[in-house]
Amino acid sequence: MKRFLTAVATTAALVTATTSFAADYPTKPVTYIIPYNPGGESDVTARFQEAYFSDVAGQDVVIQYKPGAGGATAWAQLNTLEADGYTIMNVNFPHAILQPAIKDVGYQTEDVIPAYIFHYTPDAIVVRADSPYQTLQDMIDDAKANPGSLTFGGSGTNSANHLAAVRFDQMADVTSTYIPFKGSSPAMAALLGNQIKAAMTYTTQGIKAGDQVRVLAIATDERVPSFPDVPTFKELGFDYVAGAYRGVTLPKDTPQDVRQKVSDIIGEINANPEFQQKLIENGYVLVDIPTDQMADWIEERRAEYAEGIEALKAN
Amino acid sequence: MLESLWSALSPFNLTLAFFGVIAGTLIGSLPGLSATMAVAVLVPFTFAMDPASGLIALGAVYTGAIYGGAYSAILVNTPGTPAAIATAMDGFPMAKRGDGDLAVTLSCIGSVIGGLVGALALLFLAPPLSTIALAFGPVEYFWLAIFGLSLIATLSKGNTLKGLIGGAIGLLLACVGSAVVGGDVRYTFGQVQLLGGIPVIPALIGLYCIPVLINLVVKPDDHLERRTAQVKGFRLLEALGLMWRSKVNVLRSSVLGTAIGILPAAGGSVAGLVAYSEAKRTSKTPEEFGKGATDGIIASETANSATVGGGFIPTLVLGIPGTPPDAIILGALLVQGIRTGPQLFTQQADIVFTFVMGLLIATILMLPVGLVMGRYAFKLIINIPKTALTPAVALLTVIGAFAIEVNTVHVLIMIILGIISWLIARIGFEASPIVLGLILGPIAEAGFVQAWLIGGAQGNIPAMFFTQPISLAIIAMTVLTLVTPFIAERRKRMKGVKT
Repeated sequence: MKRFLTAVATTAALVTATTSFAADYPTKPVTYIIPYNPGGESDVTARFQEAYFSDVAGQDVVIQYKPGAGGATAWAQLNTLEADGYTIMNVNFPHAILQPAIKDVGYQTEDVIPAYIFHYTPDAIVVRADSPYQTLQDMIDDAKANPGSLTFGGSGTNSANHLAAVRFDQMADVTSTYIPFKGSSPAMAALLGNQIKAAMTYTTQGIKAGDQVRVLAIATDERVPSFPDVPTFKELGFDYVAGAYRGVTLPKDTPQDVRQKVSDIIGEINANPEFQQKLIENGYVLVDIPTDQMADWIEERRAEYAEGIEALKAN
Repeated sequence: MLESLWSALSPFNLTLAFFGVIAGTLIGSLPGLSATMAVAVLVPFTFAMDPASGLIALGAVYTGAIYGGAYSAILVNTPGTPAAIATAMDGFPMAKRGDGDLAVTLSCIGSVIGGLVGALALLFLAPPLSTIALAFGPVEYFWLAIFGLSLIATLSKGNTLKGLIGGAIGLLLACVGSAVVGGDVRYTFGQVQLLGGIPVIPALIGLYCIPVLINLVVKPDDHLERRTAQVKGFRLLEALGLMWRSKVNVLRSSVLGTAIGILPAAGGSVAGLVAYSEAKRTSKTPEEFGKGATDGIIASETANSATVGGGFIPTLVLGIPGTPPDAIILGALLVQGIRTGPQLFTQQADIVFTFVMGLLIATILMLPVGLVMGRYAFKLIINIPKTALTPAVALLTVIGAFAIEVNTVHVLIMIILGIISWLIARIGFEASPIVLGLILGPIAEAGFVQAWLIGGAQGNIPAMFFTQPISLAIIAMTVLTLVTPFIAERRKRMKGVKT
């Protein structure tokens, strides 16, 4: 009898599922909004996903750019978009926690909760190949001897790079000067052009610049395959694992089953070995935070960033 | 390298380049549909191709789109892309007096020559030239933007003071939104939509095109002068003759375009404007500029097409995109598994050379494609009755402002700025200085704040701004540009006294 009931329940569930909206989602191309200019990490990883999306979902994604205010323009508009699952948006952390915590940017973190976080780019301190800083300790020693003279270039204000610079100052007990640029690429150009002493950036930028630069330390648990000789912060005695996490979000009112479906699609792309290899080669670290673990993950991040946020507010 | 030429010349790649140029030109000619968008839409298709073919398709669309911007600039006084701002200044007056066909042909030949110079620089000089991109730091960009603003003095057709006021209005508009550096939110009046600032393309369409539309309605005369004796053909010989007479201008504009294209934060609009003002400054007949001087179109179109090849230099050598379309192409390269950087020219040289060959071929194909398409565009605009032209262009402006980010607020901004532009045009204000302020304001601001911070860290802010050799050279050029109109004015007055 029990078995019979389960069977009935399952059939009923299946019937409802097929008639429900999510079952055959997606039935048309999905718009994928990138809140930044093309060429950066958010764009590149979305392009990597684009190449596999139709295999997994049976429909294409169409990438669209809505840059402005370090991502805030697009995130503030997310919930004005149609909540039918056919518009998905890239969302980044710590940005989406920092921005609303520090200024009124027209949205709250709760408005842009991701359906999936699929990778992060570890923080990395990068200097020119001809820099006098051979090790992180060289840099710290110099910064201690000449307070304020260490210039860190990075992407944007109240961004992942900015937070990383502030947290580095706290950890190493130094005072550096953070110079915000309009994206990672301009910051790297300033580094290569000898306008700044170091870049507070991501592993990905270190790979793009090749042997023109030296990476001093990387904020991962274990060494990154692309940089076998670069120590982690942990090895150097700093308990620091951080970076910019990127995920996919949908408007708040999107039906839960559609949100789940999007989470499943992104997760399936993330499981593709070819996709994984491409990301790893370029300095990305894959992570899998699906929609049901998201609330806890956000709370952990909030706790982690709290001290840094206070320092940024004091700036 | 010959091998690369052969593989670029494969029938498939040639077809790609051919249709790429056509598609690009078409997209570029519609205001609002920019080169960036054309390239972004094409990227997914290139995943199915081998890297070299994909790159050729992208390069062809990009080249075509930059050129296509000239059509709408010349024929409806609306730069199809920001790169064509300077083209409109003389292109439209030429079209108005019935020389639109000549203007289109000139822009085509200029674009081909500029494009070739840029692509050849990419082919032979990329690694050494990429150092230019690195020599420009925050303080250099600050001064470059100030120099760009000083061009208002040269570009203003009549009243320099009104030009400068216009530039200041543009700078104020550029302040709206979240600050480039520092993230402070300014003048948004609580509107989330304004956080990202005034969008450049919708502003461009509004400031230039809406006044044209209003005038079409309120004035009885035709949009463009019809020639009584219809000139047949492309006026190719006439155009070539004019180009030959302006060979110094062509050469200077090509070099300027290539060099400015290499600077990641500058781009086609700055290149076109700088080349234009240099052409005007060195011209024997500077008073002709703005009234339909052929040298103005030649300078602007040659320079903006040269930025295509120039922009690829930092993109491929340093992994730092020269222009927004380059940034998208860079992303496509990464997805294809190509690593940019100095080693690209040695380790994956075949792909690079095939790409540059493809770019060269696309540029050459632009000559026939551009001439034929330009001719049809001209005929279309001149033959279409005003009652059909006005609503058609009006529709395009709305689509253009909307499409760039699929945003209705941008349409609203476009219309409001357009009406303001029409109103202030009646008291002698022009659109160009305002646009210049809007485009250069953020570059100047970011450069200034970054240079200030770095100078502060070094403990000497004045030294940061006033001791670097490149900065000093740009400052000198700025001063020269600012005083030239006054000297010319004075000389004219002295002559007047003598006679």
